[in-house]
Amino acid sequence: MSALHPFLLLIPLAAGLVAACVAARLDGRRGAVLGCGAAGLGFVCYLAMIAAVAGAEPPPAAAFWAVPSLGIAGGLRLDGLSLLFALLITGIGALVLLYAGRYLKADPRLNRLVVLLMVFMVAMLGAVTADDVVTLFVFWELTSIASFFLVAHDHEKPGARRAALQALLVTGGGGLALLAGLVLVAIAAGTTSISGIVAAREAVLAHPAAVPAMLLVILGCFTKSAQFPFHFWLPNAMAAPTPVSAYLHSATMVKLGVYLLARLNPVWQEDALWQGLLTWTGLLTAATGAVLALRETDLKRVLAYTTVTALGTLVLLIGLAPELSATAAVTFLLVHALYKAALFLIAGILDHETGSRDASALGGLRGAMPWTATAAVLAALSMAGLPPFVGFVAKEIVYEAKLAAGGAAGVVAAIGFAVNAAMVAVAGLLSLRIFFGARRPTPAVPHDPPKSMLAGPILLAGFGLLAGIAPGLVGHWMLDGAATAILGRPVEVPLKLWHGFTPVLALSAATIGLGLLILLGWERLMPRLRRVSTFDSHGPSRGYEHALAGLVAWAEGTTRAVQHGSLRGYMRVLLLVLAIAPLAVLLARGGLDRPAEGALDPRAFAFGVIVLGAIAAALARSTFAAVMALGLVGFGTALVFLMFGAPDVALTQFTVEVLLVVILATVLIRLPIRGTDTRTRGQRAGDAGVALLLGGSVAALLMAVLAAPFDPRLGAWFGETSVPAGHGRNVVNVILVDFRALDTLGEIAVLAIAAFAVIALLRGAARPLRPGN
Amino acid sequence: MDASLILRVSAPLLLWVPMAVSAYLLVRGHNEPGGGFVGGLVASAGLVFYAISRGQGAALRAMRLPPASWCGIGLLLGLGSGLLAWIDPSAGYLTHRWWFPDIGFKLPIGTALVFDIGVYLTVIGTITAMVFALLGEEAA
Amino acid sequence: MDAMFALTVGVLVAAAAWLLLARDLLRGLLGFVLLGTGANLTIFAAGRTGTMVPPLVPPGAEALAADAANALPQALVLTAIVIGFGLAAFALVLVMRAHAAFGTVSAEEMDEAERPDDAAAPAPAPAAAVAGRKEAA
Repeated sequence: MSALHPFLLLIPLAAGLVAACVAARLDGRRGAVLGCGAAGLGFVCYLAMIAAVAGAEPPPAAAFWAVPSLGIAGGLRLDGLSLLFALLITGIGALVLLYAGRYLKADPRLNRLVVLLMVFMVAMLGAVTADDVVTLFVFWELTSIASFFLVAHDHEKPGARRAALQALLVTGGGGLALLAGLVLVAIAAGTTSISGIVAAREAVLAHPAAVPAMLLVILGCFTKSAQFPFHFWLPNAMAAPTPVSAYLHSATMVKLGVYLLARLNPVWQEDALWQGLLTWTGLLTAATGAVLALRETDLKRVLAYTTVTALGTLVLLIGLAPELSATAAVTFLLVHALYKAALFLIAGILDHETGSRDASALGGLRGAMPWTATAAVLAALSMAGLPPFVGFVAKEIVYEAKLAAGGAAGVVAAIGFAVNAAMVAVAGLLSLRIFFGARRPTPAVPHDPPKSMLAGPILLAGFGLLAGIAPGLVGHWMLDGAATAILGRPVEVPLKLWHGFTPVLALSAATIGLGLLILLGWERLMPRLRRVSTFDSHGPSRGYEHALAGLVAWAEGTTRAVQHGSLRGYMRVLLLVLAIAPLAVLLARGGLDRPAEGALDPRAFAFGVIVLGAIAAALARSTFAAVMALGLVGFGTALVFLMFGAPDVALTQFTVEVLLVVILATVLIRLPIRGTDTRTRGQRAGDAGVALLLGGSVAALLMAVLAAPFDPRLGAWFGETSVPAGHGRNVVNVILVDFRALDTLGEIAVLAIAAFAVIALLRGAARPLRPGN
Repeated sequence: MDASLILRVSAPLLLWVPMAVSAYLLVRGHNEPGGGFVGGLVASAGLVFYAISRGQGAALRAMRLPPASWCGIGLLLGLGSGLLAWIDPSAGYLTHRWWFPDIGFKLPIGTALVFDIGVYLTVIGTITAMVFALLGEEAA
Repeated sequence: MDAMFALTVGVLVAAAAWLLLARDLLRGLLGFVLLGTGANLTIFAAGRTGTMVPPLVPPGAEALAADAANALPQALVLTAIVIGFGLAAFALVLVMRAHAAFGTVSAEEMDEAERPDDAAAPAPAPAAAVAGRKEAA
């Protein structure tokens, strides 16, 4: 086998990105054609790699980027599983883009849609070919973001916005869990490389955080792949245009969770919790999807619920350990992608050409839309699992896998049987009921769509037939490699169309019989199921709404508590923090300290003035008296400066104090501002407590500072260099205008800005602050 | 204005005495207590008292230029005084230059004084701008 | 002397905090000024005090006398005082603008006048009160 050059794997991604950039400048229809071409190129590239991947030991990963400090080396790697996904992504992507160019040709936002679809495709390709969990996660989240914009394509409709946000929150929330899980796994394994993690499975399992890591990864995958109870976002995401649903919600994005579960299955496949969680959640999801699908009449929602069923089945199959189930999983994955994408595209055609996608309102369209009918029947037969379609092959092997499931085989097979019967009924609904029987009137005159829209369904459904006739070929080239990756050991399960008369065949026949019965009774069953309102009132969708409303309410409550708008409240918190922080530090450092005390000297008088002024200012009843007391504090402070050898500072303080008192007094005299203290006794006591605590804290802090040894070198340096370098004997002034002149420049700039701000504020005084006042 | 007779009569003294004192404080500031900040504050106090006694218009006329211009000129002087430092390319911005012309005694002339004048003017501009704005608001 | 200095600053800061917590914005402004003075004194003291000799180099000498005060905190405090004055004047303008707009200097009453989401019933009441107060003034 020829070795695959790792850089070849970059070609489809680069082609997609370049096409997206170019398409952004083209009109929508040309962009769609270009995107189709790029996706087709990618498809051909991957096809050419089949031989290199199949059967060979997967080539080692090549690191294209790295963050050595975090031990991350990102690279791409292609093995069977990645290849299967890459082929589906590019193949279906090409057809969907071709389809979208026609389907939305009148939409002015087509161009944006095409670019987003291309970005999404690149993200998907990156996610399924990434060999390290960080790269995978980045691309994984990119798909969520692209999906958000794609679902919200009709962003003028509130429903579309809500659905997009819901999909983003559910998958994004799961993405956070996944990130945590992947980080834990990477720490446990000592590498971020996926192949490295699989190789280090012993270390991962032995790590103390193994179980939380596994649960977090599972949670992320379950949200992405719409497993119960997160399945609700998928039907709601049907607000997206049909090409988006066909691409994202049938074949690709929703399978990303399944992909990662399959990818990491070799690590945990023998873990009972892993098996149990996957098996039972998958089964529950499949059953939920089947029941809910039968309640709907909107074709797209019906399809969405059957997709939920299929995703559940896939997760279930990964959870069932043996080889058979791995092959069954990849077979069913391929089959489902083919028929479901085709059916979504057909639903879009019906919507487009008849003006309705209500299953109960359509009927007998075979004559008017022969090609559409052909494609629909082919896809539906595959979905129902009839021979000779590949769906039959898949269903047989899925049944085999379920029957071989060991202890719970009976339950699994029984529920699987019922679910499959429902799928047969839905398949019949989508083909027999709509295209055969009595013709029902439709809003528009139906006819076959243009070729570019028919190409997708016909090719996808046709391939389902071909693969069914020659299943061994597909199995050998595409599926064995994928199954090998899921199990971590070589798998070769030959796929056959005809197994002979086995119990499985009898089960298949019974399934189809029951399915047809359900189909016949659908008109009576559907309204009854619809009337069961428990699904709506107690479903997880309602839980999501409650959670969202609760989050908003909690945020509002917190905001109201923290941003209460009361100046006093803010001030209290600020001052308390200011008081407690230094005290805490002082106490943590070993208690309070006090400086050595010298003898009292006459300078204590100045301190007395300050203390007296401060107390008077605090206790003054009138604001005017408080202003006078403030002046007293200022003069006391000036005295302190003077008596401690700072004449410049004293002069400044003195002048400023004079100015301040004059201004305040003038303002008070001219403006009758009567401030009265309306605090209650309790509030006053509380405020006094805060004030005293802060005062004590600052005093203690200053004492601790003064008790600590002092390094006088900086002051001494200024004293020594002032005359020789600054030519000035007033050291303070030399510092201000020379040594620290840039600082002073900044300070006078601040002063000037404050002056301009005052002028501006008062100039605006003629206008009211708020309208209405 | 409701200023008292004493205040009105003594107003010119209240203006020019502080002005002279402030100029003295400014010039000697490099060697003795004083300097741009203190000088500017004293001058502003004089202008403020003048404004209270004679009215803002009189004070503004005495100032010749609006206070904001005083701020601007002061800032420009401060900024500009540092540029001469680049006579010596290795010196940093705002490294002051000194000359000592011998006119019987050595007269120290330096850009530090220019900087200090800048501080002086900015302080005067700022404080008069603010106080006039405040007092004008109330008068209105 | 140091302990006394620290205690004085403590009293000053406590008085400032008490005034800041008052609902009256003008008292809050006074508290703000006192807090600034307390901060200036703290910086001044942290550079060590004790001597009465100002940091002036005697004429003819090259360096400061060993017992002179530390000049650096003085330079810092000097600019801080002027800037503090600028801020106080600015704050005073804000208080006066608030008084002109709301007719009150009580933070709590302004708070009520400012809350649009409680506008359901009592919204016109503060506005009317403001108008009334303005007329009374």
